[in-house]
Amino acid sequence: MTEPFAVVTAPISALGRLTLFLILEMGRTAIFFFRSFVHIFSLPLQISKIVNQVYFIGMKSVFVICLTGGFTGMVLGLQGYYTLVKFGSTGFLGGAVALTLIRELGPVLTAIMVTGRAGSAIAAEIGIMRISEQIDALDTMDINPVRFLVSPKMASAFISFPLLTALFDVVGIIGGYLTGCVMLGISSGVYFARIESTVIMDDITEGFIKSLVFAAVVATICCYQGYYTHLRAEGFGAKGVSFSTTSAVVQSCVLIFVTDYVLTSILL
Amino acid sequence: MNPPLIEFQNVSKKFGETHVLKNANLSIYSGEIITIMGKSGVGKSVLLKHIIGLLEQDSGKILFKGKPVSEMKKADRKALKNKFSYMFQGTALFDSMTVFENIALPLRERTSLRSAEIKRKVREKMNHLDLYDIDDKFPSQLSGGMKKRVALARALVTEPEIVLFDEPTTGLDPIRKNAVHEMISEYQKKFGFTSVIVSHEIPDIFYISNRIAMIDEGRIIFQGTPEEIRKVSNPAVQQFILGIESRPDNLKGLTHEEQRFIEKRTRPQYDCTACSFILLTVNNPDEIKEKFGEESVRTALQNFVCKLRQYLRITDTCFRFGQDKFMVLLPNTDMDQARTACDRLAGNIKKKESAGNRSPKGFCLSLSVGIVAPQKDSSIEEMFTDMESGLTTLHEFNIWPELMDS
Repeated sequence: MTEPFAVVTAPISALGRLTLFLILEMGRTAIFFFRSFVHIFSLPLQISKIVNQVYFIGMKSVFVICLTGGFTGMVLGLQGYYTLVKFGSTGFLGGAVALTLIRELGPVLTAIMVTGRAGSAIAAEIGIMRISEQIDALDTMDINPVRFLVSPKMASAFISFPLLTALFDVVGIIGGYLTGCVMLGISSGVYFARIESTVIMDDITEGFIKSLVFAAVVATICCYQGYYTHLRAEGFGAKGVSFSTTSAVVQSCVLIFVTDYVLTSILL
Repeated sequence: MNPPLIEFQNVSKKFGETHVLKNANLSIYSGEIITIMGKSGVGKSVLLKHIIGLLEQDSGKILFKGKPVSEMKKADRKALKNKFSYMFQGTALFDSMTVFENIALPLRERTSLRSAEIKRKVREKMNHLDLYDIDDKFPSQLSGGMKKRVALARALVTEPEIVLFDEPTTGLDPIRKNAVHEMISEYQKKFGFTSVIVSHEIPDIFYISNRIAMIDEGRIIFQGTPEEIRKVSNPAVQQFILGIESRPDNLKGLTHEEQRFIEKRTRPQYDCTACSFILLTVNNPDEIKEKFGEESVRTALQNFVCKLRQYLRITDTCFRFGQDKFMVLLPNTDMDQARTACDRLAGNIKKKESAGNRSPKGFCLSLSVGIVAPQKDSSIEEMFTDMESGLTTLHEFNIWPELMDS
């Protein structure tokens, strides 16, 4: 009698377990974020560590951001021209490229590129520190590992992401100019005038808010995955670090798109 | 006896289905060096991590000065943690920091010392541990032994009250190993910290430990002095102590293991050849200890033994018993030959007697030297008692064993 009953309840149990696990993880991640965020401002401020991390997360990402920003803008220029030419309104290309980049693609693609370049490195670095007992060593020295390791990374993400996003936007707009104006012959005056008339401060603010939220998402997820490498059930040691790095990148990317949708629907 | 500084009361810990600690009871007293021994994987490191709070017990209590740690307020626990220092088995050095930064880290993060003062303290500890010209190197560029010493320097740089050493000498060469043991002992006396050491280094560790605790299958099966552990009949304890492979005891310049002694003693009996012993007893260890401290006695005896070995034949074997007795086994030697050997040995040592006049502190080791033939095939303790009672004291004299030239 119990077997058919178990067959019915098993999927429900599994669903319950999954739900509980997700709630637990979300709660732990949120606590982790708040602990890291609060310690950014705890005295003495860790200025030199933050500057180092800005160099690592921000400065070292400049090239890859310029590259992706440039090509994204160029593609937008081509695609935008192809669409607008059908309506005879190619003059709007500047506005379309700029708005797409500033409101949407700039923050999102910047966050994804930084996740790939710096987020994975952060997760691996903290994960290795965890498995080699370096985090325990900090704990035994009464040095708060979250404050020492995570907070500077989070602070530097908050500084770097908006700056990199702005860079992505500018380079993207130049990319659009290259394809739209230089290659396809749209007047450069019209291109930039349309940008000036179309883009308003709210667009910039939306892009800025998105980049800050993505900074929090990427820094939290990547640091969290590395920090709790030792709690992973599916792998220990080096394998655990590899799982953590993969999870950090995948979860960050997925959450970037999810939060992007949520933010867009709120901020529009 | 004073109440324990740290006390484990029925502490249990499980990882999954594995019971690592099962109702472990342990007392650690202030200012002592206690060594936790046991086979690999029986929970020694886990026990150590419970002391510092890296792991929380599933059941039982850990008391600090009689107060349960788990019931302490956050501020009290933080203050407690500040008293501790921990040296990890795998060193746990920060691999992205240089050696200097590693050692300086606790000072930089926990104190408001100026950088010049931090530099001075770090340099002092590094010099103590023979760590020269590696300030700017990274841990991955160092040998295993050097990493251990850097970790030790980092553990001691804050001058903590309680230091936990997780296998501090594993992977070190004998000379460095002795240096680490001596440094632990020396610093413990100098700063008076309480040391908890997880170690397998028998018998070296006996010389610096005040007490030994042995853990087996998650339980503390023995707690007591190094002398007491030798007399324990528990087969698990005896097996562990005697099971350690014989090797030269470079700390004292002697071979110590009883197993090897028994082998050496029984071989002449099987071969039906004669064998004799020379027994050297230090008459005044307490006097020296009182005047100059335990470290001086250790250094004096170590230097004495180095000299003693030079006067022995290659076939002779030297053993040490307790703090103040040495025995030289002379195979293929009857009593008459032993008497001659003893006279010659005493003569050689006596040359040092005149050197006693140059003792800068007016200090001498008072020695009795005698010979004895083995009486019967008995236990080592019985045999030793027989030897002491049947000893013919041939010489008594004072020597100055270069106490200061360690």
